[in-house]
Formats: sequence, structure tokens, C-alpha cells
Amino acid sequence: MCLAIPGKIITMLSDADPAFRSGKVSFGGINREVNLSLVPDAKVGDYVLVHVGAAISQIDEDEAQITLDYLRQIGELEELE
Amino acid sequence: MKHLTEYRDPHLVEQYATEIRHLATRPWNIMEVCGGQTHSLVKNGILQLLPPEVNMVHGPGCPVCVTPLHMIDKAIWLAEQPNMILCSFGDMLRVPGSRKSLLEAKAAGADVRILYSPLEAVKVAKDNPNKEVVFFAVGFETTAPANGMSVLHAHQLGVKNYSILTSHVLVPPAIEAVMNDPEARINAFLAAGHVCTIMGIDEYFPIAEQYKIPIVVTGFEPVDLLQGILMAVRQLEKGEHRVENQYSRVVRPGGNPAARNIIDRAFQVTDREWRGIGTIPMSGWELNDDLSGYDANRKFNVPQEKAPESTECIAGQVLKGIKKPFDCPQFGKKCTPSNPLGAPMVSSEGACAAYYYMRFEN
Ligand code: SF4
Repeated sequence: MCLAIPGKIITMLSDADPAFRSGKVSFGGINREVNLSLVPDAKVGDYVLVHVGAAISQIDEDEAQITLDYLRQIGELEELE
Repeated sequence: MKHLTEYRDPHLVEQYATEIRHLATRPWNIMEVCGGQTHSLVKNGILQLLPPEVNMVHGPGCPVCVTPLHMIDKAIWLAEQPNMILCSFGDMLRVPGSRKSLLEAKAAGADVRILYSPLEAVKVAKDNPNKEVVFFAVGFETTAPANGMSVLHAHQLGVKNYSILTSHVLVPPAIEAVMNDPEARINAFLAAGHVCTIMGIDEYFPIAEQYKIPIVVTGFEPVDLLQGILMAVRQLEKGEHRVENQYSRVVRPGGNPAARNIIDRAFQVTDREWRGIGTIPMSGWELNDDLSGYDANRKFNVPQEKAPESTECIAGQVLKGIKKPFDCPQFGKKCTPSNPLGAPMVSSEGACAAYYYMRFEN
């Protein structure tokens, strides 16, 4: 139930009223309508994390890369110490 | 798929496991609070990759597991009222109440519907103006924005036949309850990444300081979990106790301001009973007084009876990490996922169900 999964915004549906801002989000090819009111800056092409029908965060691509490089970074830091 | 495959890379997973084995020199008990993380640790075989020094203890962060028996009974009572549609997340249906489950009520003719989102429940209410529609709103901070938003949407749209049965719980008071229990010996916490996505990380600084424990905000994929465990072990081995954020691609330090705004408009803090644990002060949310017309409990005058818990189920000790599911005499005997005695055996996020899966189906 607490599952939240990343998906890519493929179209915006309506944003006349900010509370009902929504779009179609693709989860590996499966598309779902998602409320986007909690990620006001997200646009088509962005990745968002979706939980029970609402996007709760926009995924930060730079931070995503930093996470993936973490082991290498700490390795380097330990060599410097 | 992007943002999933990278964090499941077996090569990276192995590198992390090696690094943790290399670092851990003393025994450490690390609690992952969130049931989603318990599920991922078991499903991805991460527990088997860890050295014997690192003991993962599974915390109380499964909303299905901690929803009290009398709340299930209330949902069933509501479902059985005439002209009523009771909507719920799917995993609440099989949780046994004191007499039956929602699924059994449904089989007996009650209109119980499984929905993916509370926002869909508002639509059900709009489409059925002659019926009352109640959404069984359980969950932690992660789920609160969508549940609160459903009420605010109904309010804005003038949908009067919609209400929610609220059983919302909060993570920081649960961490404190675990730390205050003399039997629970936890050295570090992995904080639930999706909870922090909403709330941010500020509320964990005083806890890390007071109890001198590392708290690492962690994601849910194998690489996330191993990285979170590695960060915790590094701190423990160095004698540090800081709040760190492993899940920075999703969690901003201040959380999600739009989501927190919805929560502030919809909810107020209240004492909450946790199944198997008891009442924890100021550990949950209920609807704000000015939205009481959307509170099913108040709207329908639901009976407030309390039923006794099963004496055979040791869920309380499992949820606080004092006992493992294998320690329960009923585990895999009288209690199985198809015939659960307690809630942790029902939800796939419950520790007992996760261990059952690990022992019998892997
Ligand atoms: S195995 Fe079943 S009876 Fe034992 S603690 Fe878990 S849910 Fe309760």
C-alpha cells in the first residue's frame, strides 16, 4: 500500500485549477492518470514518484547520479583521508 | 525502466554488500521502520547478503498492521449500513476484525470496493449521489496528502455524500516509542524515504540527538537499502549519530511544501492507538474540526466498542523488533497468509508475511 513508483509524465491533462492539475504518467509503458498538484514544477518528460494516485515528488536527476556514484565517491574520500 | 533498473543492478548490489561486510566489526541492530522496506529487503534477498554483525530489525511501519482491531470493526459496521459504499485500499480487506473481515462483509452483500486512490472515491461519490461513500483512510505521512486531498476535492466540488474513516499514523512518535521500550535494543534507524518525501528530515534531528542514534533516510530499491545500511554502519563504527539522507533524488530537506499544505488544511494531530503496541500520544492525524462533516466516525455515529486482541498473536513484540516472526509459535502453523491470525501476516508489507514468503515460497 505504501508503494510509490517512479514514472515519466507523457501528457498534461488539465491545469485550469491547480488543485486538480493532472497528467498521464507512463510506468514502463503502462499509462495512468495521476494528480500532479503536489509537483507544481513538473512538466512533460520529467520523472515523478507516484503514490495512491498522486505524484509526491519530482525526481532530481543530478541527485540520482550522485546516489549511483556514492561508492566511488566514498572510495576516493577514504583514499584522501 | 529508468530509476528502477539502475537501483537493482546486481553488480552494484554485490559491491555494497562487500563494503558492508568489510566495515562491520561489531554487532549492530538496525531497524527499518517502513514495511515497504521490510518487503524489499526480503523479496530481494538482501538479508542473506548482510554479514552476521548486521541484524535488520523490522519496525512498526506497516499501516495495515498497526490499524487497530476496532477500526476494522468500524469499517465493517459502516460497510453494512444501508445505502453505503465502503471504499478501501485492497490490502485492508483481508485483515481480520473481531468478528469478520471486510472481505467477508463484501461476500455477504455489503458494497465494498477496492480502489487504487482516494481521489477515485470522490468520483464514486459523485457518480452515486443517492448513496453515502466512505473511504477507509489508513496510512502514514506518505498517504496523508492524497487522503486529505480527497476531502478537499469533495469540499470544493460540493460533494456532500463523501467522508473518510481516518486511521492515520506518524513515524517519529513510533521511533520514540521503540527507543523508550527497554526491551528494544536498536542502534540505528533507516527512516522511511517516502514519509520524508512529504515531511522532510527536520523532525529526525532532535531524535538522533536525544537517543544518540544514526538515522539514515533511505529509499526502497536494493541499492538504496544497501547504501542506507552502509551509511548507518559507517556512522556506528565511527561512534557518530547524525541524520543522513540517502534518498536525495526524491527527498528534499524540507519535504514537499504543497503536500504539507494539504495536510495542514485537512488534519490535526491526535493520540492514536497502534495495533499490538497501544496508544502513543500525538502519533496520528484526524480530520480538522472544520471538516468534521467529512469524518465518517462523527457523521454516522459509529459505535466506539473496543474488542480484545487475539492472545496468540505476538504482533506487538514483532512490530517493536523485540521478536522476529520466526519466534512466534503460531508462525506458519495456525497463522498463514491465507488464514492470518494477526495483521502482520496479512499485508505484503507486514514482517510475518514477508518472512512467510522467505521461508515457504522462495
Ligand atoms: S505469525 Fe501471525 S500470530 Fe504470530 S505474530 Fe505474526 S501475525 Fe501474529
